[in-house]
Amino acid sequence: MNAAAAASIAPASHDAPPAVALDDIAISFAVKGRPVFKAVAPTSLHVSEGEFVAIVGPTGCGKSTLLNATAGLLAPAGGTVSIFGEPLVGLNARAGYLFQQDALMPWKTALDNVAIALEIGGMGRSQAHAQAQDWLKRVGLARFTERYPHELSGGQRKRVALAQMLIRQPKILLMDEPFGPLDAQTRQIMGTLLLRLWAQDRKAVLFVTHDLEEAIALSDRVVIMSAGPEARIIGDYPIDLARPRDAAEIRLDPRFHELHRMIWNQLKTEVAKTYGDDMDGVEASS
Amino acid sequence: MKLHPAKLLFLQILVAVAVLAIWQVGATVPIGGDYLLPEFFFSKPGDVLSRVVELFVTGTIWKHLWITLTETVLAFVIGSVGGVVIGFWFARKPVVAAVFDPYVKMVNALPRVVLAPIFMLWLGLGIWSKVALGVTLVFFIVFFNVYQGVKEVSPVVLANARMMGMNERQLFRNVYWPSAMSWMFSSLHTAVGFALVGAVVGEYLGSSAGLGYLIHQAEGVFDVTGVFAGMFILAAFVLVIDWFVTRVENRLLVWRPQAASEQN
Repeated sequence: MNAAAAASIAPASHDAPPAVALDDIAISFAVKGRPVFKAVAPTSLHVSEGEFVAIVGPTGCGKSTLLNATAGLLAPAGGTVSIFGEPLVGLNARAGYLFQQDALMPWKTALDNVAIALEIGGMGRSQAHAQAQDWLKRVGLARFTERYPHELSGGQRKRVALAQMLIRQPKILLMDEPFGPLDAQTRQIMGTLLLRLWAQDRKAVLFVTHDLEEAIALSDRVVIMSAGPEARIIGDYPIDLARPRDAAEIRLDPRFHELHRMIWNQLKTEVAKTYGDDMDGVEASS
Repeated sequence: MKLHPAKLLFLQILVAVAVLAIWQVGATVPIGGDYLLPEFFFSKPGDVLSRVVELFVTGTIWKHLWITLTETVLAFVIGSVGGVVIGFWFARKPVVAAVFDPYVKMVNALPRVVLAPIFMLWLGLGIWSKVALGVTLVFFIVFFNVYQGVKEVSPVVLANARMMGMNERQLFRNVYWPSAMSWMFSSLHTAVGFALVGAVVGEYLGSSAGLGYLIHQAEGVFDVTGVFAGMFILAAFVLVIDWFVTRVENRLLVWRPQAASEQN
């Protein structure tokens, strides 16, 4: 771990408590008959209000488990999770979660899938539907409200899931490789859409991805995790690209390339470590 | 390879005509002094048809159809409700499921026909002994499917619903229930079919009305024409019920990819 990176992990001096504060979080899994698997070594990460943080790391490094601990879906083995200064108990009610896999209810139409997020909070059906209609329009699906998930493409389903998450106006957005299953072009379109919606009220975002380019294109800060087991944060880079950004066009910016080269130099050794066991001596390249 | 619809229909009719022709010839034309299909054992297509028409024209069939239909519907409804309730209970309470597991397996392993005499002793020769037999068949199909449906809810859909803030009651309504129903409806044809099997077998073993009774009566007096006529009506009856179930299914499962592709 280099000293400069370690120093920048410490929270920026703010009066308000950070939206998300993970302090000395350790995550392990007990598998019967085997020694406890330590997925994440004690690690700290703070996300300020309005900050877009991307976590990048090789496959299986425990990025998603860090996210699940923040969501309250997974209890850490050690350390504390604080949300706006309060320790997290149970599920994180102030967070919205965008999953990598399809998480829509297949038996509800796009409109019902989005409206239910408000209806369970006690909002009347017609009002919830009106708002859901509006949100589907914002994600570009105004003509697809009555479709069932199986009648939508992968990208369209992600748009519905995005509207479903955002309609509740959560203070924190947690995203677990949300655009991972999509093709390259759709990913960039979704990235731009996400940035546009996010820019309207700048929530705190924790965005997990294995795609470094996507991380740089979207975020304010890129955090690099080492290969597991006992993964930890080994790098923390501010991304000083101007906003508003277009997730596709920003990749042509010279500064983007500079940042990419700098971060990749560190990441590639970690990627090589992941495959080290079966691919000895293979040089990782971009 | 796909056949032209008209050609397909033609071939399908051809099969029926061929079977009927063989039947007719076998029963009426002696080959080497012997009938291939002696009329006493096989009747004749024409006789069977006129018996079917007669049953409908005189109106005697309606009472029997009505009884069998009532038994089938009752067996299906009672068995389904029981299967849904118990299925949910077991799926949400693994301890209960573990305790009852060997008994469920034991009862399900039992061929249900052997229960018919007991039900007749307990419930008499009326419709309820037949309903009870159908219930024991329908219950297990629905039970296993609902149990599976609740157990197999996608963990991601569940986590997403929880993150959305759903409480247990809302999870039940919006996630567990629709999932269990989709599994149950996927076995709707089987369940309705078994309800009917229970009714007819029950009638066959002892009753005073119904399609099973009709067939049994005809068989008792060596009236092969009556047996075949009863079988023919029973088959048609099953087809009508099956058509109805398919319509219900298509309405209820519009959100499923398979249902949609069938409509196209």
